[in-house]
Amino acid sequence: MAVKRAGFFTDTSVCIGCKACEVACKEWNGLQGNSPNLLLDSFDNTGQLDAENWRHVKFYERMPDQANLVEQPASTGGGQAFLMMSDVCKHCQHASCMEVCPTNAIVRTEFDTVYIQQDVCNGCRNCISACPYNVIGFNQATGTVHKCTLCYDRLQNDLTPACAKACPTESIKFGDVDTLHQLADARLAALQKQGYSKAQLYGRDDKVYGGLNAFFLLMDEPEVYNLPNRANAVLPSRNNLPGYLGGLATAVVAVIAGLIAFRRRGESEETKA
Amino acid sequence: MTNHWRDLKNADLILINGANPAEAHPVGFQWFVKAKLDPSRGPGQGGGAKIVHADPRFTRTSALADTYLRIRTGTDAAYFGGLINYVLQNNLIHADYVRDYTNASWIVKQGYSFQDGLFSGYDKTKRTYDISTWAYETLPPANPGDTFARRDPTLQDPSSVFQLLKAHYARYTPEMVESITGIPKADFLKVAALVGEMGKPDKVMSIVYAVGLTHHTTGGQLIRSAAILQLLLGNVGRPGGGVNAERGHANIQGNTDHAISWEILPGYMKIPAPGQRTLDDFVAQSAPKKSDPNSWNFFGTNYKNFTVSLLKAWFGTAATADNDFAFNFIPKPAVNSSWISIFDQALKGNMEGLLLSGMTATSIGPDSNQVLQGLAKLKWLVVMDAFATTSSEFWRAPGQKPAEIQTEVFMLPTTHWIEKEGSFVNSGRWAQWKDQVIPPQGNARHDHWILADLFDRVRKLYGSAGGKFPDPIKAMTLQYADPLKPTFDELAREINGKDLTTGKQMASFAALKADGTTTAGNWIYTSSYTESGNNMKRRQGVDNPAANDPTGMGFYPNWAWSWPLNRRILYNRASADLAGNPWDPKRPGIKWDGTKWVGDVPDYPPTMKPVTQDPTAWLPFIMNGEGTGRLFSNSMVDGPFAEHYEPIESPIPNPLHASQSESPVAFLYDQAAGRPNRFGKPEQYPYVATSYRLTEHEHYITQHVPLLVGLQPQAFVEVPKELADQKGIKNGDRVRVSSARGILEVAALVTKRLGPMTVGGKKVYHIGIPIHWGFVGIAAERNPELAKHWLANALTPFVGDANSRTPEFKAFLVDIKKIE
Repeated sequence: MAVKRAGFFTDTSVCIGCKACEVACKEWNGLQGNSPNLLLDSFDNTGQLDAENWRHVKFYERMPDQANLVEQPASTGGGQAFLMMSDVCKHCQHASCMEVCPTNAIVRTEFDTVYIQQDVCNGCRNCISACPYNVIGFNQATGTVHKCTLCYDRLQNDLTPACAKACPTESIKFGDVDTLHQLADARLAALQKQGYSKAQLYGRDDKVYGGLNAFFLLMDEPEVYNLPNRANAVLPSRNNLPGYLGGLATAVVAVIAGLIAFRRRGESEETKA
Repeated sequence: MTNHWRDLKNADLILINGANPAEAHPVGFQWFVKAKLDPSRGPGQGGGAKIVHADPRFTRTSALADTYLRIRTGTDAAYFGGLINYVLQNNLIHADYVRDYTNASWIVKQGYSFQDGLFSGYDKTKRTYDISTWAYETLPPANPGDTFARRDPTLQDPSSVFQLLKAHYARYTPEMVESITGIPKADFLKVAALVGEMGKPDKVMSIVYAVGLTHHTTGGQLIRSAAILQLLLGNVGRPGGGVNAERGHANIQGNTDHAISWEILPGYMKIPAPGQRTLDDFVAQSAPKKSDPNSWNFFGTNYKNFTVSLLKAWFGTAATADNDFAFNFIPKPAVNSSWISIFDQALKGNMEGLLLSGMTATSIGPDSNQVLQGLAKLKWLVVMDAFATTSSEFWRAPGQKPAEIQTEVFMLPTTHWIEKEGSFVNSGRWAQWKDQVIPPQGNARHDHWILADLFDRVRKLYGSAGGKFPDPIKAMTLQYADPLKPTFDELAREINGKDLTTGKQMASFAALKADGTTTAGNWIYTSSYTESGNNMKRRQGVDNPAANDPTGMGFYPNWAWSWPLNRRILYNRASADLAGNPWDPKRPGIKWDGTKWVGDVPDYPPTMKPVTQDPTAWLPFIMNGEGTGRLFSNSMVDGPFAEHYEPIESPIPNPLHASQSESPVAFLYDQAAGRPNRFGKPEQYPYVATSYRLTEHEHYITQHVPLLVGLQPQAFVEVPKELADQKGIKNGDRVRVSSARGILEVAALVTKRLGPMTVGGKKVYHIGIPIHWGFVGIAAERNPELAKHWLANALTPFVGDANSRTPEFKAFLVDIKKIE
């Protein structure tokens, strides 16, 4: 029953923000977490995905000002009043981290997941800059970078990844990507029938980095969750002409602006003097 | 719960009040999610249910509810009262059910009244009711001893329970509901329209609550108001219905069943009272009495059987017919001995020592500073716990002077539940056996081994040194292989009970006898451990639904075991009509198949014909004296109908009756002890506070778990954005929250999930106070300066509900200021 293409379907519409995924992930993978930090970003004190946090539950409070009654879906809330989302490495088909890794430490596994080989990683951190989702973090102790392995060791033993196993509401579903796509389509249809018109799948198709093995059902636009929207979720190498032209134009503007700035600084220093 | 977790998927509508299951019961919350998921699946299949969450705070539960209503804390009796009035005025009740399955037709005797917030029989000096007028008009007895009530099946008699109920709740208009609860009339009516549909026989609604209803001086009545609504809608006893308490810990249901509360014996029998000289006195004064010839009154009828079987389990051969089965070995408490009462007695200097097992008095409060004073007056304190607690360390609490505290503290390390096997009884009454995960660490011993050791030493002392009344101590049975180390298996067998004649395990409590030939450590658990083995270990579950859930209703009868008799839904005779057909054929509880009741384990004699075929058939609610659900009840000491009273500390006078604003019988410990009451007025303490737990922590114990401390690292309070703006409080600022009793100094989480509301014409704000922190644990040790005032219960009042003496943790007044 081993999966061919492993993935997560994270259905945020039933996420209750319990963070069981965060803890189960740390327990299984032996992560200590960062030193406790009072962020008070709603109920979030984890802050980000990094070397010590491979699942991260994000909270977005979007309450209307007058919220004595919130009907969902309805104009006041729309099922979007208090969004919760368990974020994770997306295991992109077009994985930026793999593209920039100079040592080929980052590979695609037999389960079609993106995996960092700890014994090959040289700690250059190119991948940290390249990842559009800020997933990867550097561990000072190991001198290497870390992220979600989609529980590679559990997959090898036919076990469900720890986060999906612990999720009480099945917001995190694990399985073969093709099967997950079917589940996601049915869930989206059910929500749309109930009037959740903004509900959408993110990364289910190839518009987002060629498709995400760990894809999401969102209750609002990707930007609301700090995710790049479809227009931006592409690798420069796959969309190079506008990218290069844009880059060139930016460079020209930057050089001119720089020149102007230097001249102005000179002027103001003269004036001051 | 009358029903059980899995059964939530059978509901059309779920009202959540005084509960936050997504945060406090995240695993159980899967059933709420399943109830909602796919509307095309239809009723009973898990799909299309609507959830209405009424709460002062928009929580993680509200996020997944279909409708969120901001309600002022402690006003749920007015909300349910408004819904009761709405379904009565608009004739949306389940009329057949109300007529035949409730006590609506019982006639209340002359002398009962309710006026200006007071029921008849009030004694102002004693602050108690004489409840003799809360009774039925009895018919002239046909046989001596009969106490049958007069009934009017037309429900038209002005003294009928139905008419009195209607009059009582007529005051709960939508306008009144708005004034009390803060829920705007239009919003209330939207929800009322949804609820009004649920009186139809093919619809069913579940009401789910937790300690958000319990932790009030009106707690008992808040829950009663929900029960009355459910009876009127015909939703009690049915799959997808019921009144469902989510219990706080994995095994708090088991604790309650086994008499963790002082006022009951195991299995919800009353504790004997002074003056009851014989077993018969006790039974006569404690057992329910039949008030209708068709009432079986199973509990009342068997009260003596259950009591004698319990005494036989406890005292063995020392319990004989000649000594009234050792009835006088059981203590008859002369004073209230509930939990606040214990600390009150300590405070008065009346106690020498205290054993705390699995609870930390200081954190739990109420009024932690007063509890600390109480502990400091003890000669000795024994704390049995897996970790250091604010009680074992009370002497070094910030502000205490250790040099002046003479209390000798013994810390006895005990096993945590992962270090032992045994049973957990969940909210749905399922006793599920679990395994030991890891062996006991260090010197940890099971709590009950410590107690067994203590008991053994005390018994030896009685033997060598004598004592006033050694008989019960000497006679106590300890039929374990090692009396110092009883195994969980031995205890479970003993709780089930056995037939002393055959030596076999009892199969049912119906066979328990009063002649001393049977035992039962807890009659409601009889059948949990039978000759066929430990039924709590059964595991025929979701791996094969077709075989293991033959009705498709989610009963899974061979998964673990539920009390009583493996019944999954209490009062399930009421799930079918008089002829024995389910009210909703799609969602049967039990039904009459011509020869017997099938479906769930019937809450009824298995082969008793429906009343349409046998006029002498028992009424559906077999446990109480009426045989029907009680809209009017004399088993509460604060009123036969639920009434809204303000919390002891309230921002407004009661809009229903300002002259009797709070509960007239709430127990005010300080006043009763001759100490000054310390209650805040809204002028000094203008904000309503409510305390609660977060999903990231489990009460106080997880302050020792690094990964969970990482999730919620420090104490904080939730402050409404609008109020924070007025007060110049920004997210993360430190604030001082003060009540008339103490202070809390913590960080502020500024949020729009809390907001203003208008009650009694006045704008009020709630401050939300998570409870998990104190001066012990990882975060406190790391930040000792910040952690000086982290005990949430330093703020809460030292008062109790009249019925249960439960403290008012959920509604009190505070002020809040930014710490500059």
